[in-house]
Amino acid sequence: MFQDRKQIILSFFFLVCTIYALRLFYLQVIDDTYHTIGSTGALKKEVQIPLRGQIYDRNGKLLVANVDVYDMYVTPYKVKQIDTTTFCRLFNITRSYFDSTMTIAKSYSRNRATLFLRQLSKEDYARVADAMVSFPGFTFELSFFRTYPARTMANALGYIGEISKKAHEAQEVEYYRSGDYVGITGLEKQYEMDLRGRRGVKFTMMNVHGENKGSYSNGEYDTLAVIGKNLFTTVDVEVQQLADSLFQGKTGCAVAIEPTTGEILAMGSYPYYDPNMLSGKQFSKYFKELYKNPDKPLNDRVATGFFRPGSTFKLVQSLVALQLGSITPQTFFACGNAPVKCHGHPSGDLHNAVRYSCNPYFYHVFRKTMSATPETNPFKAAPIMLSKWHDMVEKFGYGQKLGIDLPSESSGLLPDVKYYDKRYGSNQWKFSNIYSLSIGEGEISVNMLKMANLAATIANRGYWVTPHLVRGVGQNGKGVLPEHREVHRTDIEPRHFEAIIGGMQDAVERGTVGGGAGIVEGIEICGKTGTSQNKKGKDNSIFIAFAPRYNPKIAIAVMVQNAGFGGSVAAPIATLMIEKYLKRKIERTDIKERMLNLSIKTVEAMAAGGAAKTIPVIKPESISKPTSKVPVAPTKPKKEVETSVKTTFIKPKEENLNKTK
Amino acid sequence: MARDIDIREGIDWTTVWLYAALVFFGWLNIYAAVYNPENPITIFSTSHNAGKQLLFISSTFVLILIILFVDYKVYDSFAYIFYGFIILLLIATIFLATEIKGSRSWIKLGSTFSLQPAEFSKIFTSLALARFLSTQGVNISKVRDAIVAGLLVFVPPIIIILQKETGSALTFAAFIAVFYREGLPGIYPALGIALAILFVLVLFFDKFYVVAGLAAVCGLFWYVFLKRYERTRQNLVRLGGVFIIASAFVFGVKFFTTNVLQPHQQKRIQVLVNPDSDPLGAGWNVTQSRVAISSGGVIGKGYLQGTQTKFDFVPEQSTDFIFCTVGEEWGFLGSVIVILFFAALLNRIINLAEKQRSKFSRIYGYCVASILFFHLLVNIGMTIGLMPVIGIPLPFLSYGGSSLWSFTILLFIFLKLDAHRSYKV
Repeated sequence: MFQDRKQIILSFFFLVCTIYALRLFYLQVIDDTYHTIGSTGALKKEVQIPLRGQIYDRNGKLLVANVDVYDMYVTPYKVKQIDTTTFCRLFNITRSYFDSTMTIAKSYSRNRATLFLRQLSKEDYARVADAMVSFPGFTFELSFFRTYPARTMANALGYIGEISKKAHEAQEVEYYRSGDYVGITGLEKQYEMDLRGRRGVKFTMMNVHGENKGSYSNGEYDTLAVIGKNLFTTVDVEVQQLADSLFQGKTGCAVAIEPTTGEILAMGSYPYYDPNMLSGKQFSKYFKELYKNPDKPLNDRVATGFFRPGSTFKLVQSLVALQLGSITPQTFFACGNAPVKCHGHPSGDLHNAVRYSCNPYFYHVFRKTMSATPETNPFKAAPIMLSKWHDMVEKFGYGQKLGIDLPSESSGLLPDVKYYDKRYGSNQWKFSNIYSLSIGEGEISVNMLKMANLAATIANRGYWVTPHLVRGVGQNGKGVLPEHREVHRTDIEPRHFEAIIGGMQDAVERGTVGGGAGIVEGIEICGKTGTSQNKKGKDNSIFIAFAPRYNPKIAIAVMVQNAGFGGSVAAPIATLMIEKYLKRKIERTDIKERMLNLSIKTVEAMAAGGAAKTIPVIKPESISKPTSKVPVAPTKPKKEVETSVKTTFIKPKEENLNKTK
Repeated sequence: MARDIDIREGIDWTTVWLYAALVFFGWLNIYAAVYNPENPITIFSTSHNAGKQLLFISSTFVLILIILFVDYKVYDSFAYIFYGFIILLLIATIFLATEIKGSRSWIKLGSTFSLQPAEFSKIFTSLALARFLSTQGVNISKVRDAIVAGLLVFVPPIIIILQKETGSALTFAAFIAVFYREGLPGIYPALGIALAILFVLVLFFDKFYVVAGLAAVCGLFWYVFLKRYERTRQNLVRLGGVFIIASAFVFGVKFFTTNVLQPHQQKRIQVLVNPDSDPLGAGWNVTQSRVAISSGGVIGKGYLQGTQTKFDFVPEQSTDFIFCTVGEEWGFLGSVIVILFFAALLNRIINLAEKQRSKFSRIYGYCVASILFFHLLVNIGMTIGLMPVIGIPLPFLSYGGSSLWSFTILLFIFLKLDAHRSYKV
């Protein structure tokens, strides 16, 4: 009876089994929502933020370091009924900040942690830690911000900040996450790849209560965080800090180079501001203020400024003329007979002209250069010789980037035939149209780096090395790109240099640098003043120099805006810096005092309302001390990984530090 | 005569091996479910579920031996007495039991072991039902006999519901397959399945769409399946009646799920439809078990390599949700092999049952197959998100002494009866 029903019952059983098998096929084979690791609840993907590399000066003094801070994250679904008022008071935030941040966090994800509050100091963290028991859903991650113990070189070092939306979207290889810190300017930007290290990812298994249950698959999928490489700069922080103090109340810049190596010893752009102002929470407080200041402290005047070289360019004119043979050191031109004015001094030869910076003399030098061709038609001779002249001057680095390791460098302007053809029409111009070039005015612009580089070139008697700020990446003396140490030859014979160097020494000792302000006991300083004309206001005071005369150790360029004649302000500052660098101390305290007390307001500052807005000074005690324990030199690499529950900082591994790009 | 039979020859070894394989595989997976890679303990340590399960497995050998060496006639003769005993025990449990997770179904034996009589009630209900239906002159198609058989099957789950073990009570629905095999008109199980489908449709779709669909099906039936001469007035009335009753059921279900069910039961149904509606509450098990199984992929993460099914991510991991561990660590292949083993076991039992000369043995065999199937249906169904979460174990694989013992006893009584199948009781 009813035996046929066996088949029906069995069929039904098998049907269900088949449906289940199909369902499993869908879940396990077709639907790959949960196949990748990390998308599942039990695996927690921890990002290990590597410590950013530190930056040192040439003597191992710390310029940039890190301060441990805690970032607070919120996981909205874990946040239960909390006392918002107490919470806001605890963290010193407003109710509206709490509400708006919470709304953003919720809209991002209820289950994932969102950044709630940045950079709580260790002290703050200690203060709130106990109270956090009553605020579930809020967690802390160890993070860092930059601190600048030397409080100098703000523009050259640059600052870090949250990656911009544009940069975040533009990255070719997805590395940065929204909210990550990157170098925005200066060395921080230039060496971003080295400084940042490599972020690590660690997969940890969690139980339902969020407790750590060890690493996943023995760390097979983990990538180890690699600490950022330290930068070893060429800067002498003592010289740098001296420049900072000498530039008090002044606007301008100073840059010093070691001639034989191209290493930058000091590089300051003024008005001065403390780099700590753009670090951490201070950023939002000060950035706007600095940005709005009429003296534009955020502009790097050294590598990106545009100035007329002024009289310093007479040195180049002399060298080119000597090399071309259009003059000799003994060539005599009388003061006068020229459309440029003389300052009233005895006429003489090249040495004398350099010493007194004689305008008419160099007018004649350039005139000779422009006619050093058999072509007698001045409209035809000028283009021929300008083209020759251009090629020779270009070798000094004019009209092009020198290649300093900073993200932004201006090329400046060096006019060529095309430039004047465009301006006046082909064969429509001659020497009389371009004679301003003879004394460094007219259609030529440079930045102060090029001027310092000229001093270095003369010091080297004919060559220059690409100026650079970093001589070691990861390890002192290693990891620097070869193009930052490239030697450039000017193809001007060394003997021609000797012809002007004597004049430069006399210029400092008994020439344009008046009152003995340039004389340093025991050091033969060779220099040249310059006075770069401004469209409005007083001229910019410029001085370039190198010292000692033989085996020079330092080449320098100083510019003080609206300070007038080059010998008055720029030369004392430059020679004080030379004194400091070569003697390690200042003996000429009177001159130093005079410079410290001198205050020069720029035209811009006066236009902006007489009393220029002074840049606030941060109290030393409010500057965070470096707290992250990173070995100064990677001599004792630690191999083991230091882990904490949330964020892990990895001590450097030897092989990673030694690895160059 | 009967006592002379050599049980080693009479017993169906295929079933025994299938049983042993499932139990062994279950034990391995229980170890995986409690395995902690940070602090691995051996599979034999009785401090956790795998070690305890090993104890339970060992003790089943004793049970099996007792079952096999007791006279097979005992099961038939004492069926009603066993049944009466278990009913009393079930009632007593309500008063004696200590409350565990809201249910009063566990009797404590000593300090470490507790027993769940509800698990064992299936065995004795099966025996009593087999005894009744095999009685001379009893016919399930007769209303009176159907009512008696229905009562036999209905009383235990009612007491179990009083113990607040709704899951175990539901398993008694499995007996409908037995009734069907023994002559219950096919319309009843068909109706049951139809209503179940309708029930699910109401959960997933708006009731008005379901009613509209019903009307469409009725219209289709009338014009396509009925021949012209069958389209009588009488049949139209019948069809209309079916439509009205079905529609009433649809609205009834809606009313039932929103007004009658307890909030937590409502949620279990709600999360079946949409696990994301409450991912961290009632949907937790559903979501987590589905994630665990999905993450296994084709070949799984490897034994003890699972991550989802450890650390209590899926609650009741080694008991009701053991299939998640299988799915995660053994993947699609492992999961399907387990299902194939069950299918083979069911097939074997039913074929053996059909071979019985004794009606009692045959009916009992169908009871065994139906109960196993129902557990399989609900347990695996809930882990893969096709059934609401109902806390019943997966036979042989799930951790737990009561469930392992009850399924072992259930199966081996049948094997004992089968060993003596040439003797008509």
